[in-house]
Amino acid sequence: MNQVVFWGTRGSLPVSLSHRDVREKIVAALTAANGKNFKTRAALDEFVDQLPFSVTGTFGGNSSCVEIVGDSNDHFICDMGSGARPLGQAKIARFGVPNPQTYHIFISHLHWDHLMGFPYFTPMYIPGNRIVIHGCHANLEQAVRLQMQSPNFPVDYAMAGAKIEFDIMKPDETRYVSGINVTPKRQMHAGDSYGYRFESLDRTVVYSTDSEHKLDDPAEHGEFSRFFHKADLVIFDAMYSLAEAVSVKADWGHSSNIVGVELCQAAAVKRLALFHHEPVHDDKQLSRLVAETRRLEQITRGSRAPLEIISAYDGLTIDL
Amino acid sequence: MMNLPTREQAGVLIVSVSGRIDHTTSEEFTKALDPLLDHCVQGNPSVLLDFSGVDYISSAGLRVLMMASRRSKAQKGVFAIAALQPMVQEVFAISRFNLIVPCYVSVETACKVLGS
Repeated sequence: MNQVVFWGTRGSLPVSLSHRDVREKIVAALTAANGKNFKTRAALDEFVDQLPFSVTGTFGGNSSCVEIVGDSNDHFICDMGSGARPLGQAKIARFGVPNPQTYHIFISHLHWDHLMGFPYFTPMYIPGNRIVIHGCHANLEQAVRLQMQSPNFPVDYAMAGAKIEFDIMKPDETRYVSGINVTPKRQMHAGDSYGYRFESLDRTVVYSTDSEHKLDDPAEHGEFSRFFHKADLVIFDAMYSLAEAVSVKADWGHSSNIVGVELCQAAAVKRLALFHHEPVHDDKQLSRLVAETRRLEQITRGSRAPLEIISAYDGLTIDL
Repeated sequence: MMNLPTREQAGVLIVSVSGRIDHTTSEEFTKALDPLLDHCVQGNPSVLLDFSGVDYISSAGLRVLMMASRRSKAQKGVFAIAALQPMVQEVFAISRFNLIVPCYVSVETACKVLGS
């Protein structure tokens, strides 16, 4: 495995910037530029590069979809949230049509925000493509078909041009898929969700979203520490603050940045990606969240090796 | 069993907590705190945790505090924490626990507010 590409990082519901958000960014940039003179494009770029990400960029609004770039020609994708639409377009742009490709899609669970991008995933309409949808829910195929039945969607599932297969996996049983060992783990979420541990010869990535952690269960802490063990990257559901996750939003099936840091520290993980961002959080709040999480890691690190903290955003590509 | 020494000051029951409260000690902490919370009811002295001796608290420890605070409220008692070390104070802020459990700078300050 070489890279991870985040196509959708927002939790629960896709969101977009409002006109007020855009205006605030412009005002902040112009305020910072007040009195400065940019004689060249390079000087302007240099100035922009030192502005905060919350001013120059956005975390984005597509729901969960993450690509793992492996060593084979096959494509590995986690979840089919609305981020699957730009992912599909990028694949068509890169490989063209006809140019048969194989896509392995791993579904965490069947809630809408993790499936809604599939009808917009263009490769599914292209004859010659092969799509294998992996998951642990017995009704996986039924859920995928249901959202492409009238009156839910204008194009029926039967119109798919690609060959679509379903692979029901078992939790804790490792499956070898095109050069990568994949192990699902059951997680606490309404209707169950499943995290996936992807292991190649030299890299490990864990995708663990829509997962609540019960803090009064030391056995659960141990199980997830083992699931995350020495991963190069853990993609972690950090939707709520810890206070929310254990009080008003207890049993809503999500976790926090604090628990993410603790589990990754216990598991000697190299890099933690905060993921499944709360839809009501704007770019400033998410920037603050990642800064606070880095600080938490720093003050609780002790004698451990540093854990790198990033906050995933739509379009982010990271090298493993 | 975790030892939680108590003393009364200005009509406040002060409970001294020390060490690390993490996944391995949070259950003990719960058990030690439980009998003290039995008395955290309307008309009884407020229960104040003196955290000056706590040098680390994890999410599991914070959850115990949330449960204690919730139970005290249900019993119409008063439950608070004081004298957090700087690092623990940061953990409270990052986790937003400072918004759901009343925290005071020092035991003296808390006693002035909560005392009889």
